[in-house]
Amino acid sequence: MSDVIDRPVLEQEASATTRLRIIDCDIHPSLHARSDLNPFLSRRWKEHLKTYGDHLRTPYIGTTPYPRSSPLIARRDAWPPTGGPPGSDLDFMRKQHLDPLDVEFGMLQVLDMFIFSQQNLEFGAAIQRAVNEWQLAHWTSREPRLKAAILVGQDDTQAAVAEIERCAKLGQYVQINVSPRANEPLGRRRYWPIYALAEELDLPLGIHVGGYGGHAPAGGGWPSYYAEEHQSNAHTMAATLTSLVIEGVPARFPRLKIVFIEGGFGWISSAMWRMDQHFERFRAEVPYLKRRPSEYVRQNFWFTTQPIDEPDEAKHLRSLIEWVGIDRLLFSSDYPHWDFDDPRFAVRTPLTDVERQKIFNGNARALYKL
Amino acid sequence: MAATRIDCDIHPAVGGTRTTLLPYLDDHWKEQVVSRAIDGLDLTSYPPNMPLSGRADWRPTNGKPGSDLAMVQRGAFDQLGASHAICNVLYGAQAVYDPYMAAAFCKAINDWIASEWLARDSRLRASIAIPLQAPDLAIEEIERRASDNRFVSVLVLAQGESLLGRRHYWPVWQAAQKHQLPIAIHAGSQYRQAPSSIGWPSYRYEYYLAEAQAFQAQILSLIYEGVFVKFPGLKVVLMESGVSWLPAFMWRANKTWRGVRVEVPWIDREPAAIMRDHIRLTTQPFDSPPDAKGVADIIDMIGSDKMFLFASDYPHWQFDGDDAIPPHLPANIVSRMCADNPLETFPRLSLAA
Repeated sequence: MSDVIDRPVLEQEASATTRLRIIDCDIHPSLHARSDLNPFLSRRWKEHLKTYGDHLRTPYIGTTPYPRSSPLIARRDAWPPTGGPPGSDLDFMRKQHLDPLDVEFGMLQVLDMFIFSQQNLEFGAAIQRAVNEWQLAHWTSREPRLKAAILVGQDDTQAAVAEIERCAKLGQYVQINVSPRANEPLGRRRYWPIYALAEELDLPLGIHVGGYGGHAPAGGGWPSYYAEEHQSNAHTMAATLTSLVIEGVPARFPRLKIVFIEGGFGWISSAMWRMDQHFERFRAEVPYLKRRPSEYVRQNFWFTTQPIDEPDEAKHLRSLIEWVGIDRLLFSSDYPHWDFDDPRFAVRTPLTDVERQKIFNGNARALYKL
Repeated sequence: MAATRIDCDIHPAVGGTRTTLLPYLDDHWKEQVVSRAIDGLDLTSYPPNMPLSGRADWRPTNGKPGSDLAMVQRGAFDQLGASHAICNVLYGAQAVYDPYMAAAFCKAINDWIASEWLARDSRLRASIAIPLQAPDLAIEEIERRASDNRFVSVLVLAQGESLLGRRHYWPVWQAAQKHQLPIAIHAGSQYRQAPSSIGWPSYRYEYYLAEAQAFQAQILSLIYEGVFVKFPGLKVVLMESGVSWLPAFMWRANKTWRGVRVEVPWIDREPAAIMRDHIRLTTQPFDSPPDAKGVADIIDMIGSDKMFLFASDYPHWQFDGDDAIPPHLPANIVSRMCADNPLETFPRLSLAA
């Protein structure tokens, strides 16, 4: 069990963290209600939203197919006293999260409206634009610590490119977000125009877990339980890393920066060893790969830390961090969700001040040019 | 002959349905496969000419890698030093849609391996190919083989129609437990659905890498559905799954279970502890860290010397040279994985053949 960790390690972490302002790379803001988007929608799409709503590859219109362990997947103390769902009240977010944990910058990750997964691509394009405008109007213009992402559904690549170009001109967004679970794996050629543009604009590509792509969480079929579906986030991210690397995205877009969000990082080292192990056997199939797969991972990819692994022994977490590389890790809390990682206690292994500074601040500062 | 080194995963190859298997089909299916030209059922997962499917020095002049008994004997026994070997036949029966055809082909494969391989070399054992498409027919096939101790496990693919923990498969696992047959899950797919949540990949290289996640999903399914609560004597062997993903997978499972265990109240201990008791892995490929310390760390993290089973994956090309043991494995692991662990995992290996 994880509580065998020495007490002094935790105390040392807490005191070190209070001196260090953190950059939290995964904060979830939420709509009070879907009608919050009305000011940003045309009459047609307002009517569509009300009449038809989402069309997603999932059985229910009102909830997730695997009921979570808490309402709206949230911490039970994260419901704002003013009403509304967790993550919907900026003042409460400041009071509960940004101020006490000394968050210098927070990266917004909007999950509302499943813009990545809308089957009606025109509706998807309308709400992606609305959500992108809403992020500025309701969050970043009121709180300069928070930073927005350009959310685009990659399955309408043309609309995605147009939306990225529109938003980039505003100069207010720090990354471009796509979804790992869509029609096809992210490495496929149809999505490359998005990567070419991200590279040209020098905006990192953020990939947060989730989405309704219609494919089972793994090749053997659909699980019965949330316990399985939740852990499958790591499987999704491993498959996404494989797809991007093996289909040659970093080989073709060498300056592209890719950030994996809420996948954790325990699975990465083995994924790299496995890609390298089988490279010689398969390289005739992928002759455009000029280097071993792990070299692309170490050059083009960053990974947020939550949900951080909790091995029984602190030295094992240390090995894991070293295998992935201190320079590749970005602290994230996942506020206000139930599996939130508290920056004071999450990393249950000793780090030097330099390492701590990189993971909790410096790596993200350099990546996002903050 | 003493069982000193048991190779738990080698692959004899079926030449074809209308050739190799024809003598083992009943009159109805003989007529069907000939008149309808039902053949060419090599799995999309393993095209015979793909480098992974056959190491260059293990390819016969004619035919598929693994199709020549004498060559397999030279490779698996003389060259790699096994005292015994378990044959896992990967030919399309497991992926057929027609359940009766699947059952007929599985029966033919098992009859073929018994009379043309097991009968010709007393060092060989085999897994039972079963038509999991129809659980009742799968049970029939297990019962048919149960009295033949040369069959030591039940073979299924890592990517099938539904996850292996689901309740409709429980009667099959019950039959397996009754006859002391572990479930051997081998890499490979029925191609019913994409190999991962992100969709269909372009390359076989990606497809093969995704097998690791498919195995992980199967472990979670078997644990959380309660298969090991229902069948406490059941062991599951992951074959050609890779190994180095296991520690982080165990930690994530423990953490997730601590958070959401209210959903699965019949699971009253950490998933990693259940894995150590019920899950076994063959050691090719291992997908090792590049250095000895990394390998030692992985072994230390897994926290069990009982989970590893020696295997070469012959004739698949997982390594070069004559040593099928992955580099840098600690001596205490090597000493157990060659004989002690296989004998514990496959109890029927100790029964008179």
